[in-house]
Amino acid sequence: MKPRISFEGVSVLFGGLKVVDDVSYAIGEREFVSVIGPSGCGKTTMMNIVAGFVKPSRGAVLLDGKPVAGPGPDRGVIFQEYGVFPCLTVKENIAFGLKLAANRAGEAEREEICARYMRLMGLADFADAWPKTLSGGMRQRLAIARAYAVKPEFLLMDEPFGALDAQTRSAMQDLLLAVLAAEGKTVMLITHSVEEAVYLSNRIVVMTARPTRIREIIEVPFGYPREESLHEKPEFGELRSHVRELVMKEYAAQSRLTQEEKT
Amino acid sequence: MLVLMPWAAIVALWYAIHYSGLVNPALVPAPHAVAERFVELAGQRLPRDVWMSTQRVFLGVALGIAAAVPAGFVLGWYREVRQFIDPLINFFRALPPIALIPLMIVYFGIEETAKVVILFYAAFFSGVIVMYEGIAQISPIYVRVARTLGARDLEIFSRVIVPLTVPHMLTALRVALGVAWATLVASELIAAREGLGSLIQNAANFFLLDIIYVGIICIGFIALAMDVALRLVARRLVAWQDRIA
Ligand SMILES: Nc1ncnc2c1ncn2[C@@H]1O[C@H](COP(=O)(O)OP(=O)(O)OP(=O)(O)O)[C@@H](O)[C@H]1O
Ligand SMILES: [Mg+2]
Repeated sequence: MKPRISFEGVSVLFGGLKVVDDVSYAIGEREFVSVIGPSGCGKTTMMNIVAGFVKPSRGAVLLDGKPVAGPGPDRGVIFQEYGVFPCLTVKENIAFGLKLAANRAGEAEREEICARYMRLMGLADFADAWPKTLSGGMRQRLAIARAYAVKPEFLLMDEPFGALDAQTRSAMQDLLLAVLAAEGKTVMLITHSVEEAVYLSNRIVVMTARPTRIREIIEVPFGYPREESLHEKPEFGELRSHVRELVMKEYAAQSRLTQEEKT
Repeated sequence: MLVLMPWAAIVALWYAIHYSGLVNPALVPAPHAVAERFVELAGQRLPRDVWMSTQRVFLGVALGIAAAVPAGFVLGWYREVRQFIDPLINFFRALPPIALIPLMIVYFGIEETAKVVILFYAAFFSGVIVMYEGIAQISPIYVRVARTLGARDLEIFSRVIVPLTVPHMLTALRVALGVAWATLVASELIAAREGLGSLIQNAANFFLLDIIYVGIICIGFIALAMDVALRLVARRLVAWQDRIA
């Protein structure tokens, strides 16, 4: 399969601090790849390279074979801090991208798209509400709806469900799967949750402590569509244990590193 | 009704001081005497004084803020420019505009120009700092979000930066209005034929304390009215803002 996103020997240094060290992997068309690794190892940094906000110090990230030149509406980004515009209502937030020259949609089309995503994300009753009146989960859904509205081919998500309670989180995961089944996107998801990574992905990239390298790439053998009941299957449990073991070691290594840095 | 309570209390206190015998009643005219003076003056020079003063404030603040907003955008957006210009702005801002009045009179005479220039100065320097501090504090996340949705530089400016800056514009306006009033009255005290400051100064020359009180109370109420009006506008324009109260 021809890769859509490929990391080719990517290293990133911030000043003297090496954060990402020679990372190579590829994400194919309509694949769902999760990246998991200890806090502060460099996951957001890697996503920011794909998004076009950070330039690698060495190597390159290729999109369909061409190096990333900068941010663009082909890559929808859900940031760790959602970045919902406080001065726009729910509906105006979703419509924001559709009013830009890059993907201008007609009035009727815009209305239609806004209405659809508000319905999908359960925001229909809050069309004219200010973001300050929304709950954390609603803001997060709004950020997703806004990214979806401009129809990106790629979806880059940075711990999108991190701040949610377990029930909402699980509902959002199923909603994400449903939307992906309907619209088909190539996804890179950053998460700290092994459970989430196994449930959602085709593949899981486990990263080491900083400077981060690839520890292991794990294929997830379950097909789509996936249902809640998958969580109960023994194969799911085995895979989850395997990934968790890998991840725990790296988390321990990173906390040792952080301790050393403090002293 | 309840909002009138503190005012009634002040008037009561005023009467109490007047009749207490602790101070010479001639030095503290009674509220009703001041009210009579007010009615009398309202038929004479007072409307013109109020008009001249408010008009000067409006003109000075309008010009000052009109310059402060674009300057604030440039300073808030370009860190390099800000580092360069910031000390300069703080230098001029630290000079009390009142201290510049004599100089302005030398350069521009005692006519309108001198007053508008000094008010422009006061409004600009108090406004520009509020503007660029506000813009510099806008979280870069919003700019990033806009870029990932496909926004160009100009679109980011007009659709993200400007709307997020509206609250700071209104704050700048309020601060500038406050500073401008203080400065205006001072400049009218020194040199003006018309205006509330000159009303007070003339009355002082003839020891007409009740007129001084009329002037002071007018200044207070006009400033209050402007602030209330501005807050009403602000409440509509920035209904989206998350506030403590
Ligand atoms: N712009 C920057 N300048 C300097 N250092 C940076 C910059 N961005 C990130 N870093 C450093 O790079 C390291 C990795 O940061 P990054 O945000 O990618 O971590 P992360 O894996 O996303 O962590 P978390 O799981 O906590 O979100 C951190 O040590 C951070 O301090
Ligand atoms: Mg991160």
